[in-house]
Amino acid sequence: MSAEKQYIELYERFASLIDVKSAPVLNAQRTEAISVFKKMGFPKITSENYKHTDIPTAYTPDYGLNLNRLDIPVNPYEVFRCDVPNLSTLLYFIVNDSFYTYHENKARLPEGVLAGSLRELALSHPELIAKYYNKIADNSKDGTVALNTALAQDGFCLYVPQRTILEKPLQLINILRGESDFMVNRRLLVILEEGAQAKLLVCDHTMDNAKFLASQVTEIYAGENSVFDFYDMEESTLTTTRVASTFVRQEAGSNVLVNGITLHNGVTRNNYYITLMGENAETNLYGMAIADRKESVDNYTFIDHAVPHCHSNELFKYVVDDDAQGSFSGRILVRTDAQKTVAYQSNKNLCVTPEARMFTKPQLEIYADDVKCSHGATVGQLDQNALFYLRSRGISESEAKMLLMFAFTNDVIENIRLDALKDRLRQLVEKRFRGELSKCAGCGVCR
Amino acid sequence: MLEIKDLHADINGKEILKGINLTVKPGEVHAIMGPNGSGKSTLSAVLTGNPAYEVTKGSVTFYGKDLLELSPEDRAHEGIFLSFQYPVEIPGVSMVNFMRAAINEQRKYRGQEPISATDFLRMMREKRAIVDLDNKLASRSVNEGFSGGEKKRNEIFQMAMLEPRLSILDETDSGLDIDALRIVAEGVNKLKSEKNATIVITHYQRLLDYIAPDFVHVLYKGRIVKSGGPELALELEEKGYDWIKKEIDQ
Repeated sequence: MSAEKQYIELYERFASLIDVKSAPVLNAQRTEAISVFKKMGFPKITSENYKHTDIPTAYTPDYGLNLNRLDIPVNPYEVFRCDVPNLSTLLYFIVNDSFYTYHENKARLPEGVLAGSLRELALSHPELIAKYYNKIADNSKDGTVALNTALAQDGFCLYVPQRTILEKPLQLINILRGESDFMVNRRLLVILEEGAQAKLLVCDHTMDNAKFLASQVTEIYAGENSVFDFYDMEESTLTTTRVASTFVRQEAGSNVLVNGITLHNGVTRNNYYITLMGENAETNLYGMAIADRKESVDNYTFIDHAVPHCHSNELFKYVVDDDAQGSFSGRILVRTDAQKTVAYQSNKNLCVTPEARMFTKPQLEIYADDVKCSHGATVGQLDQNALFYLRSRGISESEAKMLLMFAFTNDVIENIRLDALKDRLRQLVEKRFRGELSKCAGCGVCR
Repeated sequence: MLEIKDLHADINGKEILKGINLTVKPGEVHAIMGPNGSGKSTLSAVLTGNPAYEVTKGSVTFYGKDLLELSPEDRAHEGIFLSFQYPVEIPGVSMVNFMRAAINEQRKYRGQEPISATDFLRMMREKRAIVDLDNKLASRSVNEGFSGGEKKRNEIFQMAMLEPRLSILDETDSGLDIDALRIVAEGVNKLKSEKNATIVITHYQRLLDYIAPDFVHVLYKGRIVKSGGPELALELEEKGYDWIKKEIDQ
């Protein structure tokens, strides 16, 4: 049976159950999505953009799904205790793909801000959600996105109305739990109206040893002059496959920072599609991956400069150790009319062992003639002179390597616009390099 | 403290050191001079354990221990320090973290507890003063964006922090103007004691005006071809290396 067939059959058999346990706004998109999926199927490993992640194989196992929306047996607020000094966030949980409702958060949000279950908000505010849901994501880009649209029943939604500033960062923790192999389809929707500001930190965790496939589609609408920070951090396990696509649409004058951090994982494929739709918009797209053992991290990015006077900064750094594999493919498109575009892309990678592999493909596609653009990629080893310098001061070889690897990733951390998270992440990354974070120990940001 | 016997060393299969013999005792200052390519920097690299070099023959003992058996970090822990000719820039590693790691590893080697934050900061402040190193530099990444003079002062600052028993100053005077040279030399002199020793590697007499050597050795073609007192340096300054080259090559 082909990987696609089981999902098409699953959908056809359970379509009404999926609908009943979701919301009409989400259901309205399914028929179209499944027909797109039928036509496209999963991206093959032979296709140019998926050379380094085998999607059909990842979707082949017979995973369980919770289409019936059975209750979550644990209270994640009791399992996870946030004790990070200075990182005071509004905390939300998605266990597998079910949002865990916790009413206390509501009272702490400014007037008009909505944050919580996508399904619930689609029921209570159908017009608002319908205006954005599945409008930013492009199902025709990727079969995994279309399948997510067909199957996703819930997720998280954040809505910040005009000129409202959400001072407190929001933190969404995705937890994978299960005794047997399990698939989740999550959907995230972020809507920032004109002049709105917010920060969202999403942390992915795997609590059990079963095999997991987590599909996540995130849609971010950044209205005029809005400011949004999106920190997307994975700290899962070797048995977890993550296929995540993030679509961002930016209106004029908006400023969006996306930072994708992979600290621990199994197989990860992240797609970031960012479209600059309005002039003077700014995108900061950063990423960092630390991969060892048999881990594989594959980031694909696409920044579309559709209009003039926009600015994009892109930086991805990988440290690839043991037999791990990293892949980066970044494309920047500057359309004919997008004059005065400033677009920088950089990908720097460190291969720590001879067995570690890194694939990088920086791409600039420019059709305008008055632009400032650059791209570059490097793959290298640790600087032997620096290593000797540190050792000659009495620092052991392993400690010296750790310091250098940590320093290498430092500029991605430096670009975090949330001081408490920056400090916390420094500690986490250091622990990661010291091997003290060998498996998911709960939410690293939280514990 | 240091006993070098018939030391031979290669880099990429090319023999650079061809039988060095040298004895250094506590309290002494030895100057090693010689023309370009004579093996001066190789000697310092071999003594500190740079993995790019291979020792093919001979022995080096430091307080009776076989130095060549030790890793670079353990040589540092035993009290050997090299002031690099070209200090390495390490972006992203702050001076503070670098020095704290170095001090704590040294303490661990000696069976001591890690240094407290206040003691460490006090120590940084005191030692910085010895070479007049700006606080701003101490809070930056290691050597990143430092001027030539600042890099050399930073080397002596690290030396002050680590309090080595044997310091090797490799061309510490190169790239320094007169003022920086004076500050660096004064720093070295302040750190001098009856218990420690210094090997000064230099081309020129200039540095030796500030750091007075007890012995001067001339290295040429991988061997020490001449040794003498401070007057040998003056003679070299006056006559150059050609007369020695002639003497040896004949």
